[in-house]
Amino acid sequence: MKTPTTESQESGVESHLTENSEIRNPKSQMLIALAGNPNAGKTTLFNALTGLKQKVANYPGVTVERKEGFWKAGENAARLIDLPGLYSLDVTSMDEQIAHDVLTGKIGNLPKPDAVIAVVDATNLERNLYLVTQILEFKIPVVVALTMVDLAEKQSLEIDTAKLSELLQIPVIAVKAGQKHGIEELAEKTFEAAQSDKIPHLPWLTEAEFLESDEDIHLSLSDDAAANRKIFARYNFISDVYQESVNALETTERGVSEKIDSVLTHKFFGLVILVAVLLLVFQTIFSWAELPMNLLESGFGALGELAKAVLPEGILADLVIDGIIAGVGGILVFLPQILLLFLFISILEDTGYMSRAAFLLDKLMSKVGLHGKAFLPLMSSFACAIPGIMAARTIENPRDRLATIMIAPFMSCSARLPVYTLMIATFFAGQTVFGFISVGAVLMLAMYALGIFTAVIAAFVLKRTLLKSPPPPFVMELPPYRLPNLRTVFQNMFTRAWLFVKRAGTVILTISIILWALAYFPRTNTEMFVPPDANASAEEIQKAKEDFQQSEQLRNSYAGKLGHLIEPVITPLGFDWKIGIALISSFAAREVLVSTLSIIYNVGKDANEESETLTQAIRDEKRDDGTPVWTPLTALTLMVFFVLAMQCMSTIAIVRRETNSWAWTLFMVGYMTALAYFAAFVTYQVGRMLGF
Amino acid sequence: MILTNLPIGETAKVVSVKGNNAVTKRLMEMGVVPGVAVKVVKTAPFGDPIEIRLRGYSLAMRKSEAEAIEVSE
Ligand SMILES: Nc1nc2c(ncn2[C@@H]2O[C@H](COP(=O)(O)OP(=O)(O)O)[C@@H](O)[C@H]2O)c(=O)[nH]1
Repeated sequence: MKTPTTESQESGVESHLTENSEIRNPKSQMLIALAGNPNAGKTTLFNALTGLKQKVANYPGVTVERKEGFWKAGENAARLIDLPGLYSLDVTSMDEQIAHDVLTGKIGNLPKPDAVIAVVDATNLERNLYLVTQILEFKIPVVVALTMVDLAEKQSLEIDTAKLSELLQIPVIAVKAGQKHGIEELAEKTFEAAQSDKIPHLPWLTEAEFLESDEDIHLSLSDDAAANRKIFARYNFISDVYQESVNALETTERGVSEKIDSVLTHKFFGLVILVAVLLLVFQTIFSWAELPMNLLESGFGALGELAKAVLPEGILADLVIDGIIAGVGGILVFLPQILLLFLFISILEDTGYMSRAAFLLDKLMSKVGLHGKAFLPLMSSFACAIPGIMAARTIENPRDRLATIMIAPFMSCSARLPVYTLMIATFFAGQTVFGFISVGAVLMLAMYALGIFTAVIAAFVLKRTLLKSPPPPFVMELPPYRLPNLRTVFQNMFTRAWLFVKRAGTVILTISIILWALAYFPRTNTEMFVPPDANASAEEIQKAKEDFQQSEQLRNSYAGKLGHLIEPVITPLGFDWKIGIALISSFAAREVLVSTLSIIYNVGKDANEESETLTQAIRDEKRDDGTPVWTPLTALTLMVFFVLAMQCMSTIAIVRRETNSWAWTLFMVGYMTALAYFAAFVTYQVGRMLGF
Repeated sequence: MILTNLPIGETAKVVSVKGNNAVTKRLMEMGVVPGVAVKVVKTAPFGDPIEIRLRGYSLAMRKSEAEAIEVSE
C-alpha cells in the first residue's frame, strides 16, 4: 500500500483515503483536531503524529494557515487538523474565529471534529488548561497531551497526571513528541474518546451561574458581564485542579529565560542588540540574496536563449521568451529574499525573540498607531516589499496589519536603487556640498527619508480614518526562550515561499503578458533604417539597426500610444511621452525603467544604470524646440515619483493575496500613485519657480 | 492600588479587573483574575510596556492596559 504524501491541496487527503481503500472503513473518516496555546508544542506533536503526510493551505477567504495531515495508528486512522495556536476560543481574532468555526463544524467542507487533542504545556499548566475548559464546553471529547514534561521536571514541578485526569474527567497523557514517547497511548485514548459520547460534567459552569448571585464577587468584578464571570469561574476551577495535582517545589534559582531576558530586554543593551539583529536581517536580504538572485536571473536568461534556439521565430517565441519566461523569472527572482526573510522570522519567532522585539519597540511604534510587531515587516520592506508584506502576518489585529501593509511599499526597496542610481549618475555625479559630501549620497538619503516620512504620516492618517479602531490590546505573552527546531523552521520557510509563488504567480503572469502585448503590438515595419555612419563595421551597423528597430517598435506600440495619451497628465511634472512609456512599463517592476529608457533612446536594451551611453543619451535628449527634455530638476522629480508611486505588480499581487480584497489593493495603488503625482508636481513646479 | 503603582520586583494579589472591553477580557483570559498573585518584572526601555509574571509565565502589557488591574496593598 502506498503511503499518502503531501500533495496538491484540493485533491489532498480525501483522495489519498480513497487510494488507500480505507474509505471503506468508516473509522478513517474520523476528524480529529489539534488545539493548544501558541508555543505549547503543537507543531512538534503534529509532525510526530503525521510524519510527512501533511498539507498546508489557507482557510477559504483568509490568510490563516490550514494544516491538515493523515494520522494512522495501528487499526485506526483519522484526518488530523492543526488549529492555529490560541489562548482562547472567544471570537476576538481571526485565528480564534477559525478555531471556533472548526470546532462547531461551520467550516464548509469540514465536519465537526470527533475529538480534540488539547496540547498542554506542563510548565504553564494553568493558562493552558483555560483553553481546555473552553473546548470542553463545546461538548466534544477532549484528550490532553501534556508536553514539555522534561522541562517541568527541571523546574521541579511534580505533576500528578492521574490526579489531573481524574479532576478534569478526561484522559491526560504525557508525551515526548521528539522521542515518540506516549504517542501510542495518546492514539489509544483519542480513538477511544472519539467513539464514545461520554461528556464530562463541567462544574465551573454551575459555578458561573452561582457567581451571578454572589454579591461579593459580583462587586469585585464590578461592571463585568456574564462572559467575565465565566472566565473567572473557569480559572477558579483550574486553580483548584492545579492545587491538587501539582506540587511546585520551591526553587530560588532564576530561570534561564529570566537571565537571558535581563540582557535582551535591558534598557541599553536590549536596544543595541535589537538594532544589531535587525541590521543583520536587513543586510542578509539585501546582500546575501544577491548571489542567488543573480544566478536565477542568468538562469532565466539562459532559459530564454534556449527557448530562442528551439522555438521558430515569431509571435509564439516572443511571447514565450519576453512575456512568459521574463515574467515568471521576474517573480522567482524574489524567492531568495523571501526564503531568507522567512528563515529569520521563523527563527526569531521560534526562539521567542520576536515578542521581545515587539516589547522593546512598542512605545515607538504606538506613537504612529502601529503595533510593536510592525517593525520587522517595515524594516524588511527596505529590501523588498513582498516579503515585508507577508511578514505582516505576525500582527494579529487585522486593522493594524492592514495599516502596516498599506505603508510598507513606501520603504525604498532595492528595485528603486537602479532608478535612483541612474538619475544620480546622469545629473549629479561628482558634485559635492560643502566640498566633501557627495550630492548623490545626500539625495539617496533624502529619498529613503521621504519614504519613511510619508509612511509615518500615512499610518497616522489611516489609523485615524479608514482603519480607525480602539487600540488593540497589546497584552502579549513573553514565551520562554527556546532553541528553534530546525525542522519547523525550514518547514515554515518553504511553505510560506510556496504559498507566495502559487498565489502571486498567476496575477503576475497575467500582468506580464498584458504588458508584453502592449509593447509588442501593433507590429512595426522598420524598413526605413538608415545606417548612421558610412565607415561603420558590419557588426556596428547590425547593432544600430537592432536598436533602431526595437526603439521604433516600442514608440509605435500600444504602450507608445499610451505614453502619448498620458503626456498631458505628466507634462506638469516635466515628463514627455517617452518618459511616459517608461513609467507605464516600469509598472511591471521599477527597475524596468532603466531598460525601457535604453530602448527608447536607441542605446539597446542591455545598457545598465551606470553605462555612459545611456546617461549621455538622457542628457542629449531634446524636445522639438531644441531644449533638453531632462534637467537635474526632471531627474529629481522622477526620483520623488518613484519613492511614492505603487509601480510593482508583484507587490500588488501579494497585497491582493494578503488582504484578500481588491478594494484595499486598488485603494493602495490609487492613494500611493496620487501622492506620488502630487509630490512630483510640487517638486517640479516649485523647482521651476525657484529657477532650476 | 493600581498595578502600575506596584514597584518593580514586588508581588501583589489581583483584587479586580475594572472595565468591560477587549483589553480586560484578554487580560482575564490570560489568567489575570481576582485572587491571582502577580509580580511586576520590568518596564521596557522607553518606559512602556511593562512585563508581569503570573501563574508561572511572563505577560507584557501597556501601562494604559495595566491601569484596569487593581491589586491589594
Ligand atoms: N523540551 C521540550 N521542548 C519541546 C517539546 N515539544 C516541543 N518542544 C519545543 O518547543 C518549541 C515550540 O514547539 P512547537 O511545536 O513549534 O510549538 P507550537 O507553537 O505549539 O506549534 C520548539 O522549539 C520545540 O522544539 C517537549 O516536549 N520538550
